[in-house]
Amino acid sequence: MAGELVKLLSELKEQEALNFVEKALAEGVDPMELLGDARDGMNIVGQKFATEEYFIPDLVFSGEVLKGIVKILEPHLKKDEKTERLGKVVIGTAAGDIHDIGKDLVVFMLDVNGFEVHDLGIDVPAQKFVDTIKETGSKVVGLSGFLTLAFQSMKDTVDAITEAGLRDDLKIMIGGGQIDEQVRSYTGADAYGKDAMEAVKLAKGWIGGR
Amino acid sequence: MEKKWEEMSAEEKREARFATWYAAEGVEFQSPEAEAMYKASVTRFKDTVLMEKTPDRVPIFPIGTFMQTDLYGVTPYECMYDYDKLVSTNKQFLLDYKPDYYGSPAFIGSGKILEILEFRQYRWPGHGVSKNSGYQCVEGEYMKAEDYPSLIDDPSDFWLRTWIPRVFGTLAPLANLAPLTWLWEIVAVSGLTVPYGIPDVQNALKALLEAGNEAMVWFQKIQAFEMEAKGMGFPTAMGGAAKAPYDILADTLRGTRGIMTDLYRRPEMVSKAMERITPLQIKQGVGMATMAGNPMVFMPLHKGADGFLSDEQFRTFYWPPLKDVILGIASEGCVPFLFCEGSFNTRLKYLEELPRGSCFWIFDRTDMAKAKELIGDKICIGGNVPAGLLLTGTPEQVKAYCKELIDVAGKGGGFIMATGTGMDEGKPDTLHAMIDFTREYGVYR
Repeated sequence: MAGELVKLLSELKEQEALNFVEKALAEGVDPMELLGDARDGMNIVGQKFATEEYFIPDLVFSGEVLKGIVKILEPHLKKDEKTERLGKVVIGTAAGDIHDIGKDLVVFMLDVNGFEVHDLGIDVPAQKFVDTIKETGSKVVGLSGFLTLAFQSMKDTVDAITEAGLRDDLKIMIGGGQIDEQVRSYTGADAYGKDAMEAVKLAKGWIGGR
Repeated sequence: MEKKWEEMSAEEKREARFATWYAAEGVEFQSPEAEAMYKASVTRFKDTVLMEKTPDRVPIFPIGTFMQTDLYGVTPYECMYDYDKLVSTNKQFLLDYKPDYYGSPAFIGSGKILEILEFRQYRWPGHGVSKNSGYQCVEGEYMKAEDYPSLIDDPSDFWLRTWIPRVFGTLAPLANLAPLTWLWEIVAVSGLTVPYGIPDVQNALKALLEAGNEAMVWFQKIQAFEMEAKGMGFPTAMGGAAKAPYDILADTLRGTRGIMTDLYRRPEMVSKAMERITPLQIKQGVGMATMAGNPMVFMPLHKGADGFLSDEQFRTFYWPPLKDVILGIASEGCVPFLFCEGSFNTRLKYLEELPRGSCFWIFDRTDMAKAKELIGDKICIGGNVPAGLLLTGTPEQVKAYCKELIDVAGKGGGFIMATGTGMDEGKPDTLHAMIDFTREYGVYR
């Protein structure tokens, strides 16, 4: 039976996965084991996305299936069981921009790849990034932006991080709608990623991991 | 005797529509030079998009939303609330930059109308986003998953009594109306008039009147600008508008996340809904183009871009209804103008199915060399001047980029120099570089 949930989730079989979880719980399977399997399943989804076997809808839907599984498991889980994480990434959509689809994909991919992600949401002021970097000690920051006005907000955020004396051992990546190498150089960020897979690659390159 | 409209072939209708655009009836040209410029620009566009002959040069169409006004320090907020400022800066933009075509300031819309109607699907400058920001969409499931049957059953009724009440706060009471098709025979009249006596409904209707009054003020300014722009020698390259049926679901109704889960949970519903939406888009595109006297039908494409769907999903859900809309609009003699944001590299193979000169594609981040190679012999392409380059680059970089575009994608015609996204902001030196360089270098000899 082990591994069945991994397969069902990674193949996006929603109803079968949910039924399986219900049944397994009733049969006394450890909910932590099921949660572990679900995580492994999501990992495979992430891998398939990285190899372009899966696309954005698959990612979004796998998140929905996972939500359903967690909802069933939640009452049976003990609190405070933390898993080992590769490192911390602070991420958010730059000030003035309220778009979140691209950012959420990056958060998802970083998460399934083992990073502890601090998602600050949308329209995030530069100071909020600075404060969160201080609080978390994160060494990687991701700035997302769909609109061209985000170019300036990203530059302002990078500048604010520098002024706060946090820039030296910190890496900043940017991405979204119209972001390219040209814009990266304008903002002073370290790298730009054209999609969520590149964000993972960049983060891994900077803080380790497979 | 002239042929009746319904007896004409698609080509004859198209010729007639282009003739109307070219004739510019009612336009008072400011000078013979202005008239010549207008007509040369229309001819250039026609030659370019129909792929029938090589145009005199590459048409230049920097596509902007708030860019034209931003160049003069006018904020998006001012644009949406001070119509005089909106149109006067748009006019100044034409005088100073001289693109071949104007983009209508009608795209900006009135903030006052949105306020009166309590529009919820977007935030706009000064209303949820900064006065310096353009409008931004608020993702949401404005149509619920369980609404599919009622959308499929009667789209207009769904729009009127479900979608509109959800999206416009002031119009929420319209949910109380009875379906309009319940009105038949004398016996139904009095009963069906009752909802219009409900105070909430009356307030909603009063708000609509108020919005209508404001729309008239706004429209007169826009209309005056459009006539003047044409009189100055600038045509517009947008007549009607339509959308890919999938995007109606993915942008307007279900939202990006909603539609993506529907693809797994209720794929038949998605297909059935698009079957209903397809003829509505054709009708809208053609209808608006006819009203405008301009055959171009603007179609912004969003959620079919690379990565947003698998190849199989694109082939199953996105492409067939979009192709139906394109061909349906083309069969009425109009020319769909596909404004294709993001990248479309993996989709280009499907575009090969489109008949010669049936439509044109303005790309954003698509590989232009590949696009030229795959479809460039029969479909006009354009765009791809990056927003990042225009806003943070130098004039020299922009010129080099445009030169490469003209050399590769512009070879032999069938190419429009354009931005790949609707620009919210502008930078004078780079924009001048794009326009002036193309005017000089983009000449076909």
